[in-house]
Amino acid sequence: MKYIDEFRDKQLVIKLAGHIKNLARGDLAFMEVCGGHTSAIHRFGIKSFLPDNIKLISGPGCPVCVTGKEFIDKAVACSRLKNVIITTFGDLIRVPGTVSSLEKERAKGADIRIVFSGLEALDIAIANPGSRVIFLGIGFETTAPGTAVTIKEALKKRVENFCLLSAHKIMPPAMEAIIKEGVNIDGFICPGHVAAITGSGIFDFIPEKYKLGCVITGFEPVDITQAILMLVNQVNSNDPKTEIQYRRAVTKDGNSMAKKQMEDVFETCDAFWRGFGIIPGSGLKLRKEFTKFDAGEFYQFDPESPENDGSCICGEILRGKKTPPDCPLFGNECLPDNPIGACMVSNEGACNTWFKYSNNECNNYT
Amino acid sequence: MCLSVPARIISIDGSMAEVSCGGTIFKAGLQMIENAKPGDYILLHAGFAIQKISDEEAVETLRLLKEMKDAMDEM
Repeated sequence: MKYIDEFRDKQLVIKLAGHIKNLARGDLAFMEVCGGHTSAIHRFGIKSFLPDNIKLISGPGCPVCVTGKEFIDKAVACSRLKNVIITTFGDLIRVPGTVSSLEKERAKGADIRIVFSGLEALDIAIANPGSRVIFLGIGFETTAPGTAVTIKEALKKRVENFCLLSAHKIMPPAMEAIIKEGVNIDGFICPGHVAAITGSGIFDFIPEKYKLGCVITGFEPVDITQAILMLVNQVNSNDPKTEIQYRRAVTKDGNSMAKKQMEDVFETCDAFWRGFGIIPGSGLKLRKEFTKFDAGEFYQFDPESPENDGSCICGEILRGKKTPPDCPLFGNECLPDNPIGACMVSNEGACNTWFKYSNNECNNYT
Repeated sequence: MCLSVPARIISIDGSMAEVSCGGTIFKAGLQMIENAKPGDYILLHAGFAIQKISDEEAVETLRLLKEMKDAMDEM
């Protein structure tokens, strides 16, 4: 088994969707809070299998999308300094800041390198002792442990010219913020790879406190359709709880080694999310013993400028209030080749994936 | 970003592994999983193996789905 094709069985998806149609009473809306799910839902045309009374809403699950302009502005400012190498995951370089983007700075000659992992960034630091290498740490609980391992390696190898600009975030506070916004949903399709690290327990407060079902889900069409069926069953039985659909990767307790790495290196802090503003306790910053690797220790940044997105509605899309076609810029000025808002940049952004697949809802898979 | 892909471990050298993802070879840090060995399937995310994939659970999920499908076919 390769754990891909087996979970792309179209006949099984059709059966599951038929089951959903028979069972779902009235209009139901479920929110996926992982950009990977948003991408898969559009890529496999999942909505075209579902009955009309099931609505899927994208939430704040794309780390590139929720990263604020202020962070991009800081990264741009660093990239303009002498003897600095910026290392970053690919998507981030195209996100527009207030006046520039990392892509534009690179075109002007800044040393900005795309890396596949934090360890690759650390290797660049070791190979370039005359420069300071800044790693832009973005991502949720899935990605933060890798950054933690990288920081520990830097300490172990005594790499003095490596540091982190962290925009790492954790998912549960944003999900609670969505609920408090009053977005009308009947349950969450929960992020499978966040939960592979954290375990299913981090979502338990949602059914307990807010009476909304949570199903932790894999990323293939059978996974997603089965999860929707599980959520429908929860609604019908009026029994909201946390369930794991993605059992091949997720357990109740998660990955204890990865969690320890993350806890050793990071502590929570307040963090800015595009569309939400500051969400208390939703960010990850380096613990005191690792501050020598904090880019903020070396560089002073200008005071925060207010976020102004003009007529871009990325913020409302990330809060589940609007969909990409509601935006006047979508498909006009704002295109994957020329993104105006962050949601058009990443493959996991709602606007990007909507644009890519909206005329092709019945793609090869369906 | 949080997407991880199933990959098979080909070889291990200390805390690093070479993994195959549909034939493409990547490096993967093994600092977050225990007792990894060649042939194991892992979830590869941003250069790290973040979890082993449980074959037993995958088989069980597919078995339950098949049961449900068969039951519906009979309806």
